[in-house]
Amino acid sequence: MTVITDALCPFCGCLCDDLTIVVDDNKITDVKQACKLGTAKIMGHHRIKEPMMRKDKNSEFTEVSYEEAINEAARILSNSKRPLLYGWASAVCEVHKKGILLAEELGAIIDNTATVCHAPSTLAVHEKGLPTATLGQIKNRADVIVFWGSNPVHAHPRHMGRYSVFSKGLFTEKGRKGRKVIVVDVRKTETANMADEFVQVQQGSDYLVVSALRAILSGHADVVPDTVGGVPKEQLIKIVEVLKTAKFVGIFFGMGLTQSESRYKNIDNAISLTFELNSFTKCAITPMRGHYNVTGFGQVCSWETGFATAVDFARNAPYYNPGETAANDVLLRKETDAAMIIAGDAGAHFPADSVRHLAKIPVVQIDPYWNPTTEVSNVVIPVAICGVEVEGTAYRMDGVSMRMRKMIEPTHPPDTQILERITQRVRELRGE
Amino acid sequence: MELIIKNGAVYDPVNGINGDKTDISVRSGKIVDKVSANATVIDAGGRLVMAGGVDAHSHIAGAKVNVGRIMRPEDTRSGIKPRTKITRPCTGYTVPNVYAMGYRYAQMGYTTVFEAAQAIMKARHTHEELEEIPIIDKGALTLFGSNWPTMDFVREKDMDKLAAYVAWGLLASRGFGVKCVNPGGGEMWGFGKNVSGLDDVVPNFDVTPREIIVSLMKANEMLGLPHSVHLHCNNLGKPGNYKTTLASMELANQVKASKDRQVLHVTHLTFNSWGGTNWGDFESKADEVANYLNNNDNVTGDMGQLVWGSATTMTADGPVQYANAKLLHAKWGNGDVELEDASGVVPIYYVKQISVHAIMWAIGLELALLTKDPYKMLLTTDHPNGGPFVNYPEVIALLMSNKKRQEEIKTLHEAVHARTKIPGIERELDFSEIAIMTRAGTAKVLGLLDTKGHLGAGADADISIYDIKPDQIDPSVEHAKIKSAFSSAAYVIKGGQVVVKDGQITATPPGRTYWVDASVPGQHTSEMMKDIVKKFKNYYSMQLANYMVQDEYVTHAQVVKAGAIPVEVS
Repeated sequence: MTVITDALCPFCGCLCDDLTIVVDDNKITDVKQACKLGTAKIMGHHRIKEPMMRKDKNSEFTEVSYEEAINEAARILSNSKRPLLYGWASAVCEVHKKGILLAEELGAIIDNTATVCHAPSTLAVHEKGLPTATLGQIKNRADVIVFWGSNPVHAHPRHMGRYSVFSKGLFTEKGRKGRKVIVVDVRKTETANMADEFVQVQQGSDYLVVSALRAILSGHADVVPDTVGGVPKEQLIKIVEVLKTAKFVGIFFGMGLTQSESRYKNIDNAISLTFELNSFTKCAITPMRGHYNVTGFGQVCSWETGFATAVDFARNAPYYNPGETAANDVLLRKETDAAMIIAGDAGAHFPADSVRHLAKIPVVQIDPYWNPTTEVSNVVIPVAICGVEVEGTAYRMDGVSMRMRKMIEPTHPPDTQILERITQRVRELRGE
Repeated sequence: MELIIKNGAVYDPVNGINGDKTDISVRSGKIVDKVSANATVIDAGGRLVMAGGVDAHSHIAGAKVNVGRIMRPEDTRSGIKPRTKITRPCTGYTVPNVYAMGYRYAQMGYTTVFEAAQAIMKARHTHEELEEIPIIDKGALTLFGSNWPTMDFVREKDMDKLAAYVAWGLLASRGFGVKCVNPGGGEMWGFGKNVSGLDDVVPNFDVTPREIIVSLMKANEMLGLPHSVHLHCNNLGKPGNYKTTLASMELANQVKASKDRQVLHVTHLTFNSWGGTNWGDFESKADEVANYLNNNDNVTGDMGQLVWGSATTMTADGPVQYANAKLLHAKWGNGDVELEDASGVVPIYYVKQISVHAIMWAIGLELALLTKDPYKMLLTTDHPNGGPFVNYPEVIALLMSNKKRQEEIKTLHEAVHARTKIPGIERELDFSEIAIMTRAGTAKVLGLLDTKGHLGAGADADISIYDIKPDQIDPSVEHAKIKSAFSSAAYVIKGGQVVVKDGQITATPPGRTYWVDASVPGQHTSEMMKDIVKKFKNYYSMQLANYMVQDEYVTHAQVVKAGAIPVEVS
């Protein structure tokens, strides 16, 4: 029996690094400190056992060798005129580097799961910047916490305990008692139930509410109507007072803000509010990232290509224009003629029309798990689980990188090896 | 493999070679006295030969550089170059991608570059990028100036623990030296405040910037680190800050150097040599700063030269960046790091007709031209704060040609006449002085002069050949040729391998990463670690076990050993 301490959790963007893992005979028998979500992932489920292929999407898969599957994947990708390499968020950065190289060699588009998540936040960062802080800064200093369009009780279960609401630090020794918690959402979530102040906005009205807060903050309460987006003016004035007089405000926002009406403009506005609050107090804003290493893909892609996501290599040089080059742009335009989906599940999370197009084109899936993407795939290559069976780098939601542990010996090859072999085969097929 | 460079006009000030025709012999990546007759011959044909360039202060890798990229797709779009059989695609101007960093430095004949700031907690990120930067050798300076352990040990006046913490922090971050940015200010920015001078007390920690700087210098010398403390002064970005800069420089007198180098390096002085009391009466005080350097031998500086056009300011000085963003109505990146430091990223555009910018342009040049000894004033643009490093050739041309400067001055805001001394400075630097500011001096300041910055036997075989014949050119007049030649080297040899020919990349070997392994008595480390363990238990948001940069992130390490040496600590 082996006990691994201070292990990292390969589930959400909290990247909790205080787990204790008990391993017996190369099987994980216990996971301590992790939340239910993390435990479930680490304990494992529904693995794809062998590589599989099928002639067409209506026929059954047959098990094949890795070599056959890799050759077929390489053939599909190198025959494609407009390949898409999508996913990446549940893999370590070492995988991202291999993926970007493959995208370069293929002249492909590479995009990650942020495209249906926090990519609008990136657009807002292009406009307004990114005033943020590491999570420990919130833990030690923040006396006001705002969750806007995010529900950590369900999506990031340990966030409030480790980093925000309940955490204690040098200047926050009273923990929850010393903090005011504001939750802004369209419905009364379980996170909202724990708030000191719940602000219920009408669906699609977040932009208006942020604008009203900014107006009040800048001394123009007189122009704010009696209610804004369903929120009474008195409550908005009260909130501004709480924010202004705080010692440190930590704002966390989720997909309720990025994927609702006005999308990136919501974040743009929220960053402006953060900027302006810093003339009164200290304020940092942080996206609640979903997959444990979705942040890492943005980091790797930025230092390798200059752009965080949705990079098109068709011209042999990085080209970035979300709206044109993001995964759903090329799928909805039916431009993509082959796709590789790795460490992300387009089948489950993309718009129906995008998935319909995926069902018509050759699709290669690289993943440890059987999921809806498997159902639209032609070639399926199972791999080891990053962060459980493979070590490597991941970036927490606040941009802090850590090294994921290997907890047990893998039963399948790592993504990096599969990508290297596909790249090698693509070069052979192209006579390079 | 052996190599010999013949017929070069060699400028190697360390070895007293001043344009002489001298052969340079190379074997197994090192410069040697002699090679066999089988050596590959490169005929320099009378052209200029220097050691590979060494940059002691440039922001090339890590969290804030990447924030710059993510914030600035408009910058990434400038400078796009498709992949070739040898090179990966290049992007960006002020914040290039990792490949462009390596290729562009190499194309200018630079072979060693030091990243100027990394927080320990984010050092893994820095090294991930450094690992991907091709060709050049590199390293990173580690931030210590606002770290809670630093301030605790300074307050307790426990130099043993402070030195042990510095040694451990360098190991944890695989850092090369001690960087200190707006000491105390990083902590105060945690609550949106700043220090305003050397004697402000940092709340909750009860220390002053003065005490932090002096203590870190003492710890640095106790450890005998190759480089000195590398200081970004308090009050950067504020008119009148030259007084703080001079007062900070004077602190070096309290500490004795453990090595043949400065006790304090004060960086990007273009941003720290400001007179006046506001933007209206803003003026250059570069002469005062240069005068101090001329009269003292324990302090060095670098220019941080401003270059016209787009730049991206990035620094651990968080409060100054918020002030900049407000002033410029610019987008603002902020990156507080718990228990350690702050940081900020703000784009800027330097304009000839803005008086403050014109004066800043002059300050950098004044610093270089009024400081008599080029070993004391290194050539930098504080990339990408003053402008991107690809503009070094422009700066070299300005320093070598008064004619070019006078032509430039004609196009600038008139304030450059009344509030700087640049119009009246006639000094023109020669090739030897340029070699010092870009090679010998930087290597000496970094403490790497044994293997870098010169062409004597035993040095790394990092060599640049430029398409200029020194005996046939008047740099004062033909400054365009100077700029063009330094932009695109005829040959660059890195570790004995030709990596650039006729300005084109020919090979992309990985560079090495320098870091310093400083030993201290075990008992000091264990005492210090008791405090660190508490910090992790109570305050850090990550576990100590996951904090230190692992070997996997430094795959081509060049470890420099240092260690506690007894020095008089008053």
